[in-house]
Amino acid sequence: MSAKTITADERVAFYDLDEHAHPEGHSTMLGFWIYLMSDCLIFAILFACYAVLGGSYAAGPAPKDLFDLKLIALNTAMLLFSSITYGFAVLQMQQGRVKGVQLWLAITGLFGLAFLGIELYEFHHLIEIGATPQRSAFLSAFFTLVGTHGLHVTFGIIWLVTLMVQLSKHGLIAANKRRVMCLSMFWHFLDVVWIGVFTFVYLMGVLR
Amino acid sequence: MPSNLPRFLARLRLLPLLAALPLLSGCGLVVLDPAGDVARQQGDLIVLSTVLMLLIIVPVMVLTIFFAWKYRASNRDATYKPDWDHSTQLELVIWSAPLLIIICLGAVTWVATHLLDPYRPLARTGPGQRVAAEARPLDVQVVALDWKWLFIYPEQRLATVNELALPVNRPVRFRISSSSVMNSFYVPALAGQIYAMPGMETKLHGVFDKTGDYEGFSANYSGWGFSNMRFAVKSLPAGEFDKWVAETKASAEGDLSRNAYLDLEKPSHKEPVRRFAATDPQLFDAIVNMCVEPGKMCMHDMMSVDAAGGAGIAGIGNVRQVTYDKFAARGTAEAARWSMRYVAAYCSAPVMSGDRPEPAPVSPGKLKGEGLPVPNKPARTAVNASSATRPLS
Amino acid sequence: MSDTIIPHPAPPTHPILGKLSMDAIPLHEPILVATFIAVAIGGIAVLGLLTKYRLWGYLWKEWFTTVDHKRIGIMYMVLGLIMFLRGFADAIMMRLQQVMAFGGSEGYLNAHHYDQVFTAHGVIMIFFVAMPFITGLMNYIVPLQIGARDVSFPFLNNFSFWMTSAGAALTMISLFVGEYAQTGWLAYPPLSGIAYSPNVGVDYYIWGLQIAGVGTTLSGINLIVTILKLRAPGMGLMKMPVFTWTSLCSNILIVASFPILTATLALLSLDRYAGTNFFTNDLGGSPMMYVNLIWIWGHPEVYILILPLFGVFSEVTSTFSGKRLFGYTSMVYATVCITILSYIVWLHHFFTMGSGASVNSFFGITTMVISIPTGAKLFNWLFTMYRGRIRFELPMMWTIAFMLTFVIGGMTGVLLAVPPADFVLHNSLFLIAHFHNVIIGGVLFGLFAAINYWWPKAFGFKLDVFWGKVSFWCWVVGFWVAFMPLYILGLMGVTRRMRVFDDPSLQIWFAIAGVGALIIAAGIGAMLVQFAVSIWRRKELAEESGDPWDGRTLEWATSSPPPDYNFAFTPVIRDLDAWHDMKRRGHQRPLGGYRDIHMPSNTGAGIILSGICLVLGFALVWHIWWLVALSFAAVVAGAIIHTFNYKRDFDIPAATVAAVEEARTRQLAAGA
Repeated sequence: MSAKTITADERVAFYDLDEHAHPEGHSTMLGFWIYLMSDCLIFAILFACYAVLGGSYAAGPAPKDLFDLKLIALNTAMLLFSSITYGFAVLQMQQGRVKGVQLWLAITGLFGLAFLGIELYEFHHLIEIGATPQRSAFLSAFFTLVGTHGLHVTFGIIWLVTLMVQLSKHGLIAANKRRVMCLSMFWHFLDVVWIGVFTFVYLMGVLR
Repeated sequence: MPSNLPRFLARLRLLPLLAALPLLSGCGLVVLDPAGDVARQQGDLIVLSTVLMLLIIVPVMVLTIFFAWKYRASNRDATYKPDWDHSTQLELVIWSAPLLIIICLGAVTWVATHLLDPYRPLARTGPGQRVAAEARPLDVQVVALDWKWLFIYPEQRLATVNELALPVNRPVRFRISSSSVMNSFYVPALAGQIYAMPGMETKLHGVFDKTGDYEGFSANYSGWGFSNMRFAVKSLPAGEFDKWVAETKASAEGDLSRNAYLDLEKPSHKEPVRRFAATDPQLFDAIVNMCVEPGKMCMHDMMSVDAAGGAGIAGIGNVRQVTYDKFAARGTAEAARWSMRYVAAYCSAPVMSGDRPEPAPVSPGKLKGEGLPVPNKPARTAVNASSATRPLS
Repeated sequence: MSDTIIPHPAPPTHPILGKLSMDAIPLHEPILVATFIAVAIGGIAVLGLLTKYRLWGYLWKEWFTTVDHKRIGIMYMVLGLIMFLRGFADAIMMRLQQVMAFGGSEGYLNAHHYDQVFTAHGVIMIFFVAMPFITGLMNYIVPLQIGARDVSFPFLNNFSFWMTSAGAALTMISLFVGEYAQTGWLAYPPLSGIAYSPNVGVDYYIWGLQIAGVGTTLSGINLIVTILKLRAPGMGLMKMPVFTWTSLCSNILIVASFPILTATLALLSLDRYAGTNFFTNDLGGSPMMYVNLIWIWGHPEVYILILPLFGVFSEVTSTFSGKRLFGYTSMVYATVCITILSYIVWLHHFFTMGSGASVNSFFGITTMVISIPTGAKLFNWLFTMYRGRIRFELPMMWTIAFMLTFVIGGMTGVLLAVPPADFVLHNSLFLIAHFHNVIIGGVLFGLFAAINYWWPKAFGFKLDVFWGKVSFWCWVVGFWVAFMPLYILGLMGVTRRMRVFDDPSLQIWFAIAGVGALIIAAGIGAMLVQFAVSIWRRKELAEESGDPWDGRTLEWATSSPPPDYNFAFTPVIRDLDAWHDMKRRGHQRPLGGYRDIHMPSNTGAGIILSGICLVLGFALVWHIWWLVALSFAAVVAGAIIHTFNYKRDFDIPAATVAAVEEARTRQLAAGA
C-alpha cells in the first residue's frame, strides 16, 4: 500500500515474455455454469409465482383433482434414469470411446423423449377435461412452470441430437468433449429442477 | 482550465441556495403547507429529514469545492502526497458519519411510519386536539373508475362523482378500491396518497383542519383519460357539510343501483360532478369483490371455495363470457376474449364484509412516539388482524 | 360516454398479415409522418453515401462481424448515442406539451401520442441508451485494464451487441408501424394486460425488451467470466482497478436480475397471448405480483447503471489528482455492499400500495443504509483529491460536477425512502427530478467523463477542449434549470405523466424546465460539434504516447488505439496502479521475441441470428404466426449450424506483430 523506493537497477519483468495462449474454451465451463444460474433464477421466479398463485383455483379444480401421482412418478423415473445414462456417457467419454458415448447419449435421448411424451399426455388430458392454463391462476402457474421445464428438455434433446451428429463427424476432440460436459451440466440441472417440481408441485399438491 | 475554475465553483456553490429560495417563499407548496394534520406531519417530516441530511451534504459539498480549489495543479504551495492512500481514523469517520445520520433518520422513519400509517385510525385532528373516544370517523368509500372518481357516503346514503366534500375537523376513514386498473387516490392538502387497485381494498385516514377548496387526482397513470381524472375537494364547516348533504340528496340524478354503477364504470373522461342517492349498502363491497355484475362469483366466495380445496373437476365449466361491454370502450372486444370471462356465482346472497371491526384509535399521548406499542405484543393484535385485509405486498 | 374516447381499438386479425394492415401506419399523425420523412431522407442519404464510397464491405468485414471487444464497445457507444437522440427528442416533446397544455389548451399532443412518448422515453433511455453506453464502456475498457486480449466469449459478445440492437430496432419500428405501449416504462398490469391495452404497443415493449435482454444477460455472463479468468498474471482480485471491480459487480447484478425481468415479461406475454391469469383481475390473477417482480429486477437495474460510473469517477479522480485512490479497500467493500443491498430495497417503489407500517419501515431503512457505502465512496473521492495535484481537464470537471450534483440527488432519494414522506411525494414530479438527478448527474456525467477520458485511447487523438467546455456548462446549467422546477412542482403536488393542467400558477415552472431542456439540447449539440471538430482536427489533437493523462492503469500501457491483440506481451502486475508502478520502475517495452498471437475470427453469425430474431419479434408483435414459426425455426437452425463451425480462431503471425510493434517503437521515438 505504501510507497516503495525503487532503484533503477532493480530488474523486474514487466511482461510475460514466455507466454502460452490460453487453451481454447478454458472458461466455457464457468461461463456455462453462470448461464445455468441465470436460468435457475427464471425457474425461481416461476416457482415463486406458483407458490403465490398455486392456491388460486378460481373455484375450479385443485391439484388433488388433477394430478395422477403414479403417472408423474413414472415420468420422474424417466428423467432420473436419463441423468444416470448421461453419467454413463460421460464415463465412456473419459475412456475415449466415441461409440459408447453415442450409445448412452441415444439412450438418454430416448428417456428424455419418454419423459416429454408422458408430460404431453398429461397436458393433453388436462386440457381435454377443460383444466386449461386459462381456467385459473393456479393452472396458469402450473402449466408455465412445468411447461418451461419441458421446453428446456426439448431443447436439451435437440442439442443432444446435434451433439451426436458432431461426435460422429469429429469424434472426441476437445471442443466436443467440452460440449458433452456442458450438456451434462444442463441435463443434470434440469433433473434437479424437476425434483423441485415433483416435490413442490405434485407431491405437496396432492398432499395439500 | 484553471482560469475557468472560480467561475465553475461559484456557479455550483449557488445552486443549493437557488433551490432553497422557493422553499422560503412557500407559495403554493401544498405538500409543505397543507390543510390537514396528517399531511402537515408528513410535510414536517420532509423538512426534518432534509435538515438532518444537510448536516452531512453541506460539509461534503463545501469540502469538494475547497479541495478542488486548494489542490489545483497550479497551486504549488499545497502539500502533494501522491502515495498517501490510507488512514484508519479517516476511514472510521467516513463510514461512521453517514452511519450516525442514518441511525437517526432510521429511528425517525420507524416511528413516523407507524404513526402516520394510513391504515391507522386518527387519534387527533391537530396538535393537542384529541379525538373523543366515542366520536366516529366519517366513512367515505372511494372507487377509481375509468377515468373519474366515485365517492360513496354510506352514512349519508349518497354518492358523488368527481366531488368530495368533507366536514372540517372530523376524521375521515376512506375505503379505496378501483374498478379496472391501478390508480392512486391523492388529495395533497389532506393526507398522503394510497393506491386504488381492482379487487383489493386499501385504507386511508385523514382530517382537514382548515376549510377551503382543494383538488384531488389520481397519482398513478391509468391510461387514456388519466390527465383529467381530477376531482374537487371541499373542506366545509360542520353545518355547511350537512347542508351540502341535503342539497346533494335533493339534486341526485337517481339511485346508484348496481345497473347504474355498471353504466357509470364504463370509460369516460372529463366527467362533470354527478350526484346520486346510494341506497345499496353493499355496493362498495361488491365492487371490491368484483361482483357487481349479476351472476358473477364474489372474490371472497371464490377465496373460501379455494381455501376449502377448490370446486373440483365440476367447477371447471362454471365460467361465463362477459356479455356487457365493460372493456369494449378500451377497444378490447376481439383481442381479449380470454379476459372477458368470469366465474359464475353459486348462491345468490353473498355475505358481505362491510362491518369489519376497526382497530381502536391510539391515545394522543402516544402520538409523540413514547409508549408506542411494540409489534407482536398482544396489544397490536387488533391492528395485526386488520392487516390481513391488506393486499399482497 | 361517447365513442370518441375509444383510444385505439385492437385491429382484426388477418390469416397472413396478422394484425398488420395499412391502418397500422400512422398517416393521421403529422408529427410522425414528418419524422418518418426526415428519417427516410437521412437513411437514404447514409445508405447512398455508404454505397458511393463502397463502405459496405468494409463495414461488414471490419465492424458488423467483428469479435474485437474494442470495436464492439465502440458500436455499443454509437448505438447508445443514436438512441439517446431519439430519447431526448421524446423529452423535448414532453416538455413542450407540458408548457402548452394550460387553461383549457390540449397542447399539441393527444393522449394516445403523449402516453407513448413518455413510455418510450423511459424505456429507451434506460434500456437502449444507458445500458448500451455502460456495456460499451465495460466492453472496451475492462479487457484492456486487466491485460487481456479479448473477452472470454468473443462471438457471444458480437451476438449480444446485435441482440441489443435488434431490440432497439424493434422499438424504433413501433414509431412508424403501429404504436408503442401507453403504460409507463414498467407496464404495470392490469393496464398492460390485453383487456386494457388490446393494441400492439405493449407487445412492442415486451419483445423489444426480451430480445435486448438476451443480449444484456449474455454480455453480463461474458464480462464476469472475462474478469474472473483473464486477468494478467499477478492481478489478484484486490489488485484489480476499481473500474473493473465496479464492472464485475454491475455484471453480477445483470446476471442475477435480468432473468427476473425475462421471466416477468414472459408471464405478461403469456397473459396477453395465451389468456393465462398471472396478472389479471379475474380468475385468481395478482397484478401486485408483477409490481413486486418487476421491481426486484428494477431496483438492481439502477445500480447496474451507476456502479460502472462510480468506477469511472474513481479512475478519473485518481489520475487527475496524480495520486493513489484513497481507501481502495473500503471502495471495493462499499461496491460489494451496494451490490448486495440493492436486492433488499425493491418495495420502496410502492410504499403507497398498502403494505404494513413495519414492512414499509424495513424497506425504507434498508434503502437508507445504501447511502452509507455510497457516502463512503464520495468521501473516498474527496480524500483522493486531498493533497493531490488536481488537473482540471474535462473528465475531472465532469467528476466534480457529478459530486456536487449527485449528493443532492442522493439526498432527495433518501428523503423518498422515508415512507410518510413518500406518501406525499410518490409519483410526483419531485420523484422525476430525483431520479433524473441521479441518472443524469451520476450516469450521464460519468459517461461524459469516461468518453472524454478514454476517447484518446480509442481513437488516438484527444477531444476538443473548447467545445467540450461549452457542452459541459450547457449540461450542468441546463440540468439544474430543467430539474429544479420539477422538485418545486413536486412539492406543489403535481404528479407525473400528466398531459394537461388546470392550475395556471404551475405554468411558469414548466416554462423554466422547458428552457432548461433547451440548454441541455445546446449541450448535446455542443458535444456532437465537439466530436466532429475533434475528428476534423485529429492531426493536431493526435496523441502518440498512448498515455495522454499520465494514467495509472493498464489500458494506458498500450498504444492508442490499441492493436487488435491489445498487448504484444501480457503485462505482469505487481501493484494496484499497475501502469503507474511500471512507469515508476522504469518500464521498458520489449523490442523483440514476438510470438504468434492466438485470436478469435470474425463471424457473421451474430448479426444474422439477431436479424432473424428481429423478424421473429416483429411477427410476434403483429400475430403473423406463419412468420413466427418460420423465423423461430430459422433461429434454431442458424444456432445449430453455427455450432458446426469449429474453426473459430486464427493466429496473428509473429511477423505481423513485429511489424505493428516496430511501427509503434518508431512512433514513440518520434514523439519523445
